[in-house]
Amino acid sequence: MATELPVLKPADFASDQDIRWCPGCGDYSILAQMKKMLPTLGFPREKICFISGIGCSSRFPYYMETYGIHSIHGRAPAFATGLKNVRQDLMIWVITGDGDGLSIGGNHLMHAIRRNLDINIVMFNNRIYGLTKGQYSPTSPLGKVTKSTPMGAIDNPLHPLSIAIGCEGSFVARSIDVNIKHLGATLKRAAEHKGTSFVEVYQNCNVFNDGAWDYATDRQTKADNVLELEHGKPLIFGKNRDRGIRLNGMNPEVVELGKGISEDDLLFHDEKADEPSLAYLLSRLRNEDGFPEPIGVFRAIDKPKYDEQLNQQIEYARETKGEGSLEKLFHSGDTWTVS
Amino acid sequence: MSSTIESPPESAKSVEHLAAATVRLAGDSGDGMQITGTQLTNTSALAGNDVATFPDFPAEIRAPKGTRAGVSGFQVHFASEDIFTPGDHLDALVVMNPAALVTNLPDLKSGGILIVNEDNFESRDLKLANLEENPLENNSLDDYRVFRVPMTNLTRKAVEMVETEDGKGLSQKVADRCKNFFAMGLIYWLYGRDLDPTLRFIREKFGKRPEIVEANERALRTGWNYGETTEAFISSYQVEKATLPAGTYRNVMGNQALAWGLLTASKMSGADLFIGTYPITPASDILHELSKFKEFGVRTFQAEDEIAAVCSTIGAAFGGAMAVTSSSGPGIALKGEAMGLGMILELPMIIINVQRGGPSTGLPTKTEQSDLMQVMYGRNGESPLPVIAASSPSDCFDVAQEAWRIATSFMVPVILLSDGYIANGAEPWRIPDVADLAKIEIKHPQATEGEEFQPYARDERLARPWALPGTPGLEHRLGGLEKQDITGNVSYDPDNHQHMTDVRQQKVDNIADAIPEQAVVGPENGDLLVVSWGGTFGACTTAVERCQREGLSVAHAHLRYLNPFPRNLGDLLSRYQRILVPELNMGQLRAILRAKFLVDAEGLNKVQGKPFAVTEIVDKIKTLLA
Ligand SMILES: Cc1ncc(C[n+]2csc(CCOP(=O)(O)OP(=O)(O)O)c2C)c(N)n1
Ligand code: SF4
Ligand SMILES: [Mg+2]
Repeated sequence: MATELPVLKPADFASDQDIRWCPGCGDYSILAQMKKMLPTLGFPREKICFISGIGCSSRFPYYMETYGIHSIHGRAPAFATGLKNVRQDLMIWVITGDGDGLSIGGNHLMHAIRRNLDINIVMFNNRIYGLTKGQYSPTSPLGKVTKSTPMGAIDNPLHPLSIAIGCEGSFVARSIDVNIKHLGATLKRAAEHKGTSFVEVYQNCNVFNDGAWDYATDRQTKADNVLELEHGKPLIFGKNRDRGIRLNGMNPEVVELGKGISEDDLLFHDEKADEPSLAYLLSRLRNEDGFPEPIGVFRAIDKPKYDEQLNQQIEYARETKGEGSLEKLFHSGDTWTVS
Repeated sequence: MSSTIESPPESAKSVEHLAAATVRLAGDSGDGMQITGTQLTNTSALAGNDVATFPDFPAEIRAPKGTRAGVSGFQVHFASEDIFTPGDHLDALVVMNPAALVTNLPDLKSGGILIVNEDNFESRDLKLANLEENPLENNSLDDYRVFRVPMTNLTRKAVEMVETEDGKGLSQKVADRCKNFFAMGLIYWLYGRDLDPTLRFIREKFGKRPEIVEANERALRTGWNYGETTEAFISSYQVEKATLPAGTYRNVMGNQALAWGLLTASKMSGADLFIGTYPITPASDILHELSKFKEFGVRTFQAEDEIAAVCSTIGAAFGGAMAVTSSSGPGIALKGEAMGLGMILELPMIIINVQRGGPSTGLPTKTEQSDLMQVMYGRNGESPLPVIAASSPSDCFDVAQEAWRIATSFMVPVILLSDGYIANGAEPWRIPDVADLAKIEIKHPQATEGEEFQPYARDERLARPWALPGTPGLEHRLGGLEKQDITGNVSYDPDNHQHMTDVRQQKVDNIADAIPEQAVVGPENGDLLVVSWGGTFGACTTAVERCQREGLSVAHAHLRYLNPFPRNLGDLLSRYQRILVPELNMGQLRAILRAKFLVDAEGLNKVQGKPFAVTEIVDKIKTLLA
């Protein structure tokens, strides 16, 4: 008999801990949207668990009145993997940063995504190391001047979504801290997806990397620099929704609508495409190359899940062999008796 | 399945009776020596002997054929009395090529039996072994009873008749692969062993390929017949049954017993087993073994590296599983940071280190005890963890359950030490009655109306509650930052950090109340106490017994609990004039004993990738007491 779940409010998800992020940090907004979104799922609060690594962003679990682990730098996906394998009933969120997830924890992130456990990973991308006070990160642009790169960064940046897609991600999405409606909706889609969801959130670190995402958040410029993806719809953007993305051979190009170019000539978004090529192409669109940067769900496909299969193997073994018996095990093979 | 053992085929030649025999089979890595040795072990155990084994193989899967680097050996000691070691010196040595001969000959007793596959002593073979002269043709083997047997040719002849599907008969390559069974047959004749268990093994292992079954059977029987009919062998030997305590027995290898002990602990505690691990010699067989037992609810997870392995283990522990991670020294090094987290989260789990020769990659397939300091002190910060060590293959079964009992009653990760020698060694194990196995009690709290849950409140042992996700009202956050006493909230308070550090140490120290006092074998005070731990158990036990029989005042304390030590250890050490600590490291336990008890412990130390010979310890004892 299912008992009715108590109706929860965002405040029910707030822990009693003081929040220690810098005033104005983008992390606040993500926390608020998470608290707002979770009650809409109708999922029991005690079955939700947040697991993070180390970084400003990774303080997140302390602020949620759910179960949680603030673990060690970069390893949150591995903790989540162990927990999900033994507790399929839980809804598990991994909270990570661009340094935590792509630098020290790159290996774990890659393997968690490819295994496609039913967990949700949210990467707070501020293109900087916040907690350690401002060194460049794997997503900092070339030439970025920081405390550790006084003459400019010289390593090529990684694009988190390209990585997630390269790791065979089954759900890949992007949103922006200040775009709160979109962020809430994206988190909800991630929660509802079965399999690993990976969400990159553009997050402003107003202390060490202020304005890194201005082009995508500034009232004046955002419509020209951001393209909101919708499944089955053509890729259109711009203040007047008069520009779009078209394929020229293998390459995307920005075109103006009208003047002989209609919506039908544009690329149509298909988040359910089996082939990840389109999603990958979208993940490569960069503002600095003259493209709008897509937000929304890039890819959402159904694929076998590691935790589900592991538990199916156990069920199958029990069905075919019967529940394991120590007695039978100890006496299997050759034995002899001494009297 | 209990199998009745038929009596061995009767030999018409005379039979000499022995109390014990030590036999080693040595050949190229590809010669199947490990299978041969395992079969001799099983058959000897089934015949009622006590057995101890020492497999020894190179790190390379296929080192260059015929070279000294590629030699793989398997030593079996079988006896009509209680034995604890694979034996110091060989009564019989079987060598398949010149490289095996030169690398193993020093261990053969003078007058010992040397059986040589003479077909592999062509000039090419000698060159591969870096030999200028053929040892079969100079007088270098005069001290031994040498039997030159054309094994390759005899095996080829034996399998000539085997029919294959294509009608062409076996290829020479396949035929030559049967020669280890020929060697086995000959050894079985020499020691009056029954062929049946091995015939059964051949049928089980190669059942899908009838031509291979037939060929190996023929090779085995031909080897036996060769001993019986060749005039060179005048008599065979018989080692009578050992008088073991009554019960049903089987053979177990260390890693297998460890895996079964974990399974048992899981059943006895009702917590499903999760093992997060990454393959590494000599620990991988624990993963292989456990992955077979999904019907026990075992979830095995081969992680992307050791860091992920231990982190997944902590995640599973948080979820309420019986969480285990296993590795060897290099992997334990990678796990260090997360082990510290596991200790400050105060979650129960088992961390297994099957030690091998180090440092770095070291000697992957050889044994050593050099990770004691690593597991005791190899983490950042004040990070005490309990450490217990297995002493023999069958002891792994008990130690695994003991580790889980301590982990759950004190809410702490427990380090379990084994080593390559124990892991790959085999010995008879008296099968316990499942009904007699001790239960391991686990409690998970539920919310109490009107009371706030305190994740770091403690019981009388100082253990905190193991509250599981999914329990309404107990939502809480764990983390690596220092936490406030009782509430578990993040705290930077200086006094609180001191307090929490003290409490975590005290909790581990409290384990001493829950373990037995240290026992000694021998006089309660006297001239010398031998203190040992881990895989040197057998050699130390045997050495001390031998010295006691000669009337020396020497006792033996073998430690299972290395952190904390048993309550009475300090007192015990003070009751002897001298203390000797034999270890396969440069003196790690000795240093800890000296630091902790201010005793002038002396060491017997070696790191040669080999276990102690009993005589090395006996000699040291005698020197100290001279
Ligand atoms: C093993 C280890 N190495 C280094 C650190 C120091 N450290 C903590 S957070 C961090 C970088 C965090 O950057 P990011 O993941 O982008 O998180 P943010 O603070 O920007 O949210 C580093 C280097 C650590 N805590 N542990
Ligand atoms: S340093 Fe940056 S990322 Fe960290 S809390 Fe402050 S503003 Fe946020
Ligand atoms: Mg960052």
